[in-house]
Amino acid sequence: MTFKQWFHRLGSPPYVYAFAERLTPWFGWSAALLIAYGVFGGLVLAPPDYQQGDDFRIIYVHAPTAWMSLMVYSTMAVAAAIGLIWRIKIAHAAAASCAPIGASFTLVALVTGSLWGQRMWGTYWEWDPRLTSELILLFLYLGYMGLRSAMDDLQRADRASAVLAVVGIVNVPIIHYSVTWWNSLHQAPSVMQLARPTIPPSMLMPLLSMLLGFTLLFAALLLVRLRAEILVRERSASWIREALNP
Amino acid sequence: MSDTATSASEQGHALSSPFAAAQLMVARDIQLALRKRGQIVQPLVFFAIVTTLFPLGISPELSRLRDVAPGVLWVAALLSSLLALEFLFRDDAHDGTLEQHVLSGQSLTWLMLAKTVAHWLLTGLPLSVMAPLAGLSLGVPAAATGGIVISVALGSIALSLIGAIGAALTLTVKRSGALLSLLTLPLSMPVLIFGARATELAIKGSSYAPPLYLLGAMAVLGVTLAPLAAAAAVRISLE
Repeated sequence: MTFKQWFHRLGSPPYVYAFAERLTPWFGWSAALLIAYGVFGGLVLAPPDYQQGDDFRIIYVHAPTAWMSLMVYSTMAVAAAIGLIWRIKIAHAAAASCAPIGASFTLVALVTGSLWGQRMWGTYWEWDPRLTSELILLFLYLGYMGLRSAMDDLQRADRASAVLAVVGIVNVPIIHYSVTWWNSLHQAPSVMQLARPTIPPSMLMPLLSMLLGFTLLFAALLLVRLRAEILVRERSASWIREALNP
Repeated sequence: MSDTATSASEQGHALSSPFAAAQLMVARDIQLALRKRGQIVQPLVFFAIVTTLFPLGISPELSRLRDVAPGVLWVAALLSSLLALEFLFRDDAHDGTLEQHVLSGQSLTWLMLAKTVAHWLLTGLPLSVMAPLAGLSLGVPAAATGGIVISVALGSIALSLIGAIGAALTLTVKRSGALLSLLTLPLSMPVLIFGARATELAIKGSSYAPPLYLLGAMAVLGVTLAPLAAAAAVRISLE
């Protein structure tokens, strides 16, 4: 099967259902391994920060989940746009599956950031641009899920929430560049600089491992939710009976 | 321009220029709204009531109120513009006129822009006149009037445009008030932030140009992109 054939097969719910079932364990277990190394490296192996001591270790959860909240929204918006433009139902199913995962990542990022802020800045919350725009991102996720659930007609719900997802994409670059555009309380980028990053490898490696691990975790969770979504949407189709009774 | 449009419609030919269609739409919307003055007046009364609630809830001391006045004025303006959004599409959607607009073959994007312009003329502009009056009741110095009028007028353009997207998305949802707020308010937060900042600078007497530029930028971004999204949303809602 050529790549082009495989790509076209991805528009077919039965194929995606079987494909997702085969792929989920790979993503899940590799995510588990990477997160395990990241946690061990971050909590045990990495040296204490000269300024913050052991408090900085929450970065190993905060930074990956914040990064994932942006990545998941971008994925959701791209999937929604594909569904809107080319009318591919599975793309809408994928976008719907992304939303709760992304909202959870955003919530974890906000909560871990809040706990870290209490230690570092003395306050649980601060209305600086990055925190405010991340909060707006959470509201956008909730608005997407709310709009979807408010409509009875599934096709209309898909397309209306797709428009909303695409409109909200403007928030993602605002969050990412907020620490560059404004002098804010939140730390400026230190990992994503093109020059040598200012963070030592013993701290950087577990962080990158957590980042990759969370990405694979998102992929695994997405595939699980996507299969559930396909089951709901295609429940009256004939291939479902064979898929559930192999 | 309007002479050409009238003569074209008298001849029974289709209007070829989307701009002419948009002009007719603006004139029609304003004419219809002026017949139901309650729709224009109620958001303004709501604005006045909300700005009254804060002194009752916080403190009657004008010095304390002056500090919170920018935020109070802008939150009240935001909530009042949310209320006014109900009137943007409701009547046209109920009697099928909106479907006729979609089927008319005219550029739906231009028609959405026209409806939003009419909506802003009927809600945003009167709000920008009422805002300094409400400000006076909150201890704002009269010298800040110009700044408040300009910032509310400019900011409400973006609010109307963003609100049009939300209103179009929730056209078919019954009792959509809370959902409309959930969709529109997060996207309107930047307008609130910079509008309140401009008002704050105007009250202090400093130059309020920087936030005003950003409000203008948001208005331009809205004018170029929001009608497209609103048109897509209307088509989806009426499918």
